[in-house]
Amino acid sequence: MIATAVLPRVALRSANTSVRTALPLRRGFATSHVDLANTLVFLEHKKGIFNPATLSALTAAQKLGGDVDALVVGGESEASEVAEKAAKFPGLKKVLYAKHADFANNLSEPLAPLIKKIVESNGYSHVCTGHTAVGRDIFPRAAALLDSSQVSDIIGLEGEDTFVRPIYAGNAIATLKSSDKVKIFTVRGTAFDAAAQKGGSATTAEVKPDAVESLTDLIEEKVSESSRPDLATAPRVVSGGRALKSADNFVKYIEPLADRLNAAVGASRAAVDAGYADNALQVGQTGKIIAPELYIAVGISGAIQHLAGMKDSKTIVAINKDADAPIFQVADLGLVADLYEAVPEMLEKIK
Amino acid sequence: MRASLVNQLRVLVPIKRTIDYAVKIRVASDGKGVDQNVKFSMNPFDEIAVEEAVRLREKYKDAITKITVVSVGPPKAADVLRTALAMGADDAIHVEVPDKASANPLEPLGVSKILTEVVKKAGEEEEVGLIIMGKQAIDDDASQTGQMLAGLLNWPQATYASKLEFPSGKPEKGAEAQVTREIDGGLGIVKTKLPFVMTTDLRLNEPRYASLPNIMKAKKKPFKKLSLKDLGLEDAVKPRQEILKVAEPPKREGGAKVKNVDELISKLKEAGRI
Repeated sequence: MIATAVLPRVALRSANTSVRTALPLRRGFATSHVDLANTLVFLEHKKGIFNPATLSALTAAQKLGGDVDALVVGGESEASEVAEKAAKFPGLKKVLYAKHADFANNLSEPLAPLIKKIVESNGYSHVCTGHTAVGRDIFPRAAALLDSSQVSDIIGLEGEDTFVRPIYAGNAIATLKSSDKVKIFTVRGTAFDAAAQKGGSATTAEVKPDAVESLTDLIEEKVSESSRPDLATAPRVVSGGRALKSADNFVKYIEPLADRLNAAVGASRAAVDAGYADNALQVGQTGKIIAPELYIAVGISGAIQHLAGMKDSKTIVAINKDADAPIFQVADLGLVADLYEAVPEMLEKIK
Repeated sequence: MRASLVNQLRVLVPIKRTIDYAVKIRVASDGKGVDQNVKFSMNPFDEIAVEEAVRLREKYKDAITKITVVSVGPPKAADVLRTALAMGADDAIHVEVPDKASANPLEPLGVSKILTEVVKKAGEEEEVGLIIMGKQAIDDDASQTGQMLAGLLNWPQATYASKLEFPSGKPEKGAEAQVTREIDGGLGIVKTKLPFVMTTDLRLNEPRYASLPNIMKAKKKPFKKLSLKDLGLEDAVKPRQEILKVAEPPKREGGAKVKNVDELISKLKEAGRI
């Protein structure tokens, strides 16, 4: 593997890019001059485990057509190894990787300039990643450096410059057309299928970062340990709300039901704020947005904020004492019952 | 003992006027936006930002000289600035942009460019040492402006904050700050130095209500108006995105209720969900 400070460009691509740069930005320009997308996907990983939303971003990138390259970053010892892993993702042409002790923690200050440098030296037309805590932190900063108006949390693509995204907590869906030279977007993980991770053979190449300026340092991460499936990607989720009344009841009622169904545990904001559940479990506009096959809402009234996080689930079940709770308006199956009776009965009857 | 003036901090809090979080959104008849004839209020995450700034001063007394709130928006955005002044901010800057209803609103990139100029302009009278703002607006849900502003200023950023501490003592220029951030899977604690941009998550604090006397007092606080022309940014903030269509999300079929647990379990089995 040869380390290259400036990556080789494809001649044709660079010609196209310079033509684009020379012309003033005009609305409707992109459709009058369609050329193939040349996309960079930032693949987010933690100690070599790829974030599932990253695989959805890869699917979105492939829908654009044209070449798709990936960027992997990490500490000195891990970056090239993780890049080799990513090189097996089908559909990738090239995996770029950059290593530096400060890249391991996905901090935005050193990574945004790196993304800018790579986009500019390779003439990428599109850059994307998952709409995760990391993607949301790094990408707008990179977009500002590239003078591009980012499109966040897309759920659909209608052409190389036309994106579909939810606004107002998912209560309206906007279709918009970007006239930016470099289109930067983040992808909602549940809106696109995960890309395959085996069968490809991309090349890898190292990118040497410019002087890395570390404006922040990570001191520690406190990640909730759990043997249950990951909330963001679990096919089944059992979620508890305010009606659980205590953290003990959450453990006593929600967790066993989740375990019986091999489901992830979720919570409403009310349950998290009251301290019944960890905030990493929060489902909603300000927490996780999920779309499992089965979502069981126990003791959750169904505030707009919560619905925004789960209304794309395939089947929604609501168990609530209050027959007028808004959750029943979206639930496929609703049971008006006291959870303290219904949940133990379910546990007994589901084998 | 009074802290020396040079080390004292001016805090800037950018806020946005948005449709009230409790309003049920209706797509406008032209299919290009949402109905604007509804209740508006301060973006909830921005209320948390104002509250945090006010609490910092309450905690560290003399360390904070001034809390300046700024809003970029139509004439009515003055209302949310008055609210912030009533919550305890000292002065307000309103960058007034024409009210073009829902069509092509300002994008976060444009707003962050405007805020960058506001920070510079405010610095002519007194340097800004900390920016606290909401993690996202509940209308466009973009979650970009704080990060873009930090990028344009080349300041550090601490996004999705649920706790702000100053381990070395108090907030002053160059002081170290420790911010607890909400990340996927838990919390991350980062360390950075002033000045920086912090964006607020819901759990940072619980905003206070403005009392009537404070609302009356707020009317007398300094309120400055700026135009895009004053900032030399008339062209720089032209939208890059054209909204082609705004539509209702697909409706979910209103749920059938089951009589008991047995029926629930058998229906779930029928559907192959368990």
